[in-house]
Amino acid sequence: MQIFLPIAEVSVNAFTLLGLGGIVGVLSGMFGVGGGFLITPLLFFVGIPPAVAVATSANQIVASSVSGVLAHFKRKTVDLKMGFVLLAGGLVGSAIGIQIFNLLKAMGQVDLLVTLCYVVFLGIIGFLMLIESIRAIKRAKGRPGGRPARKKHLWVHTLPFKMKFRASGLYISAIPPIAVGVMVGMLGAVMGVGGGFIMVPAMIYILGMPTKVVIGTSLFQIIFTAGFTTLLHAYTNHTVDVLLAFLLLVGGVIGAQIGTQIGLKLKAEQLRIALALLVLAVCLKLGIDLLIPPKDLYSLGS
Amino acid sequence: MMHRIVALLLLCLLPLGAQAEQVIAALSQTRVSVNANFDGSEILVFGAVKRDRPAPEDSPLDVIITVSGPERVETIRRKDRRYGIWINVEAQVMGHSPTFYTVATTRPLADILPPLTDSLWKITDDKRVLPGMRGHPAREALIELREKADLYRTREGEVELSADTLFDTSIALPSNIVEGAYNTRIFLLRNGEVIDSYGTSINVQKVGIERWLYNLAYSQALLYGIMALAIAALSGWGASELFRLIRR
Repeated sequence: MQIFLPIAEVSVNAFTLLGLGGIVGVLSGMFGVGGGFLITPLLFFVGIPPAVAVATSANQIVASSVSGVLAHFKRKTVDLKMGFVLLAGGLVGSAIGIQIFNLLKAMGQVDLLVTLCYVVFLGIIGFLMLIESIRAIKRAKGRPGGRPARKKHLWVHTLPFKMKFRASGLYISAIPPIAVGVMVGMLGAVMGVGGGFIMVPAMIYILGMPTKVVIGTSLFQIIFTAGFTTLLHAYTNHTVDVLLAFLLLVGGVIGAQIGTQIGLKLKAEQLRIALALLVLAVCLKLGIDLLIPPKDLYSLGS
Repeated sequence: MMHRIVALLLLCLLPLGAQAEQVIAALSQTRVSVNANFDGSEILVFGAVKRDRPAPEDSPLDVIITVSGPERVETIRRKDRRYGIWINVEAQVMGHSPTFYTVATTRPLADILPPLTDSLWKITDDKRVLPGMRGHPAREALIELREKADLYRTREGEVELSADTLFDTSIALPSNIVEGAYNTRIFLLRNGEVIDSYGTSINVQKVGIERWLYNLAYSQALLYGIMALAIAALSGWGASELFRLIRR
């Protein structure tokens, strides 16, 4: 069934869009990432203009994150206090990020820098996560039943303004979460995504939060950053296509529910290995695209 | 508009004998409504040749039909390898060029249309699209990109002409269509000269919910953004509730 999208101004198969939304929704529910880094390139692939794809995927991320976070609320795996601290940093970061984005746009190289951002960050994060998860699995096999000591004294524990995050079981300074929020908000705005794929590892490895709480909290935070991005795109660029977003999110919200169930059944280490492999795959694809000669040397843009 | 004025002036200048044959044409539709299930459109162009004396025997009659979409200013970017990766190195703003252009003919253009006539009437895309930039790589790339996207097409021999009088062809408008007027021109040719021409236009417009959403997105951008967020939040919540009910 072909459907004509009013803002994108192209005709696309409605079931293709439902399917895309569904796949990204499953991943979103499983890993607590918004899925923006996957859905945006997939939308380019089906012929949606890049500006519309970036803005509309932010809108779809809001829907799948709401759906996912509600499932996590019921299981009490959202650290609200941590979520709000991260969000405070995140909104500041988004505002800075949008300024950077506009500056790069004026310089005419925004596409390249966004792609480079993706390759560098996805590469680093994917690689680190993969190594860490494999090590964790080996450790678990070597000592059946025994858990490695989690309560290490990291440098983050020496900073002032300590706060208690009960759901995460942490008593740490508010400075690292705010800094993580600013950094992720900034990158999210520049790269046009919610930033979950940076947020999740940052929460685990920098803040030392337990994996089960990380996903719900990340989703909670993403709702607001992605919502802010959507509103900004709709207001300044008129590139949010609600019909496109609706089709994606119908698939997406259902997918997110399924993904959350799968995520609860998998072990944390397996989940991290799967996310690491996925992140590395996207990184590799984008990196190769930069290196091989393009099919068309010329491209049209308004 | 300019073309029609030029065409009228030229018609007045032509000797009386050349007007012995006139083209009368019509389209299967002059309005195309783009609604939610729009998936391209097929327009039938048909007509007849009116004569007040028998047709000349010495040369064959040919028909050329062109359809030209709304014009836009585009920026074309060129990629090159720098520091081992492919990046945009050059951007060129191109003048007004049609977003859609189709030429349909009765026989191969080389046999029926001499370059001089082509220049005068701007029939082929080479003469119609940014003719002042001919030879410039950016302009050639623009034409090539649009040809690859099936937006520029030359369909030789696809106009059916029967008994030297009745002709017809169908023009396929793509699904990723640009709103606006699609100017349609029909030329009658003999001996490499245009002996009569006729112009009309097809109006392509969004209707219904498509039009409403598009207008809202531009005129009430903030409201539209809030609406988009509300839909997203509601469907997220709705799906979550639905799943809870199903699992019970």
